[in-house]
Amino acid sequence: MAVIVELKQAIREFVRDGDIVALEGFTHLIPFAAGHEIIRQGRRDLTLVRMTPDVIYDQLIGAGCARKLIFSWGGNPGIGSLHRLRDAVEKDWPAPLILDEHAHAGMATAYAAGASGLPFGLLRGYLGSDLPKYNANIKFIDCPFTGERLAALPAIRPDVGVIHAQKADRKGNVLLWGVTGVQKEVVLASKRAIVTVEEIVDTLEAPANVPNPVVLPHWVIGAVCQVKGGAFPSYALGYYARNNAFYKKWDGIARERETFTAWIDRHVRATKDFAEFRRSIESVGKEAPKHA
Amino acid sequence: MPEQPYTADEMMTIAAARMVRNGATLFVGIGLPSAAANLARLTHAPDTVLIYESGTIGTKPNVLPLSIGDGELAETADAVVAVPEMFAYWLQGGRIDLGFLGAAQIDRFANINTTVIGDYHKPSTRLPGAGGAPEIAASCKEVLITLRQNRRAFVEKLDFVTSAGHLDGGDARAKLRLPGKGPVAVITDLGIMTPDPVTKELTLTSVHPGITAEAVTVATGWALKMAPALETTAPPTQRELSVLRDLQARTAKAHAGQA
Repeated sequence: MAVIVELKQAIREFVRDGDIVALEGFTHLIPFAAGHEIIRQGRRDLTLVRMTPDVIYDQLIGAGCARKLIFSWGGNPGIGSLHRLRDAVEKDWPAPLILDEHAHAGMATAYAAGASGLPFGLLRGYLGSDLPKYNANIKFIDCPFTGERLAALPAIRPDVGVIHAQKADRKGNVLLWGVTGVQKEVVLASKRAIVTVEEIVDTLEAPANVPNPVVLPHWVIGAVCQVKGGAFPSYALGYYARNNAFYKKWDGIARERETFTAWIDRHVRATKDFAEFRRSIESVGKEAPKHA
Repeated sequence: MPEQPYTADEMMTIAAARMVRNGATLFVGIGLPSAAANLARLTHAPDTVLIYESGTIGTKPNVLPLSIGDGELAETADAVVAVPEMFAYWLQGGRIDLGFLGAAQIDRFANINTTVIGDYHKPSTRLPGAGGAPEIAASCKEVLITLRQNRRAFVEKLDFVTSAGHLDGGDARAKLRLPGKGPVAVITDLGIMTPDPVTKELTLTSVHPGITAEAVTVATGWALKMAPALETTAPPTQRELSVLRDLQARTAKAHAGQA
């Protein structure tokens, strides 16, 4: 049964040190605000799960929240590397990061298995790839009917799943549309689910002609939190576009440990919530130019 | 070499686009493949069905996406489906004619590395990883690969095989019961390579105008096989160039965005 609470409270009550936490959103509706709140509250030793760790996981990893990463593609889409992820893997900074690395098809199958309450997911996958040589969680079994060799991987069952959506109603039923990635699966696979939304409305209705509307009933969700703009700099279809300029700017911010740490300290750790974070980063552009 | 009225990247994208058959269902990677696939759709292959792994089927973006799940892809799609459905029903289900991939590194059998340079556990360069590529490379009926050609990318031995091309050649794919035929062409800024029908080793079959076979050899980290009758790629037509340039100008404008 969903409770409607402040994000700060939801993270405090739902996310514990050492938890398996999955923040999902396939380039769309990425729960940035929730990720920031995890950093602000100083969670440690998390096993982070995400098909496409991008800028929000770069921030969580650089801020020292993660011990392990389960993933299938880690980059800044259209830009290049995630410098904090690379620094953790290549140089153990700020801490060593254990990788449990997959391909998208495998991760998607493992999430579906988690949502289905199965112990493992099954797919025709990883054939000819070196990934199974380096990941003991990718195994092969023979089909009992045809003998075909198929890949098996453990179901993903996060302690906490987090997504962002367009709308919820006052009972906590959630509506999202557009590219919905594995959002339904992560909510159903997780022991506790947090959903941040753009708005809370009296009547849950999708606008006419939107692609792929999905409803998640309130009784599969733990907490619903209204965070307007909470997917920035990713996008929320029907609300705001992807801020491509921020993704480009992130490449420079994250490149060095010092610039990254200064940015996280100033804009995330020193702000009280996501609205203040947004004002904080916007104020940078308005500062008087510094003279050497 | 005489100055060409187009860039090497434009020639690469146009040569790759020409490989797309009208009406084919196409699983498209982001970046160079996406540019080529959309150019094909906007020129000779208007009935091509473009599919991106974010779940967008039959998408007709007016500008190239920066990420694989841009809103533009969802809003112009015939259908948007969840990612597990995309990989299970559509890709694994054998419904895709052509996979269109990029690569960080490639070897003589068109195997692809997008994972690490160096040792997996202590890499000198950590690359983004597999994404959808291993199953795209396995399950699409055919695969096209497009990337820029140089010795850092075209290597004698991959540090990591992320996605299977023709493995160690010959009938290796069939022995592993990979459903698709694998890579049928590698299109670069210098020329086009296709696998030998028997050994499956990449063979240079066409050089782009103004490029010598020697220049391609120099940019390749192994002794590249040459077709006995080496062709020259037809230069871009005015239409191909203008459609590509318009697409890229629209894209640059759309992605400039706010700071």
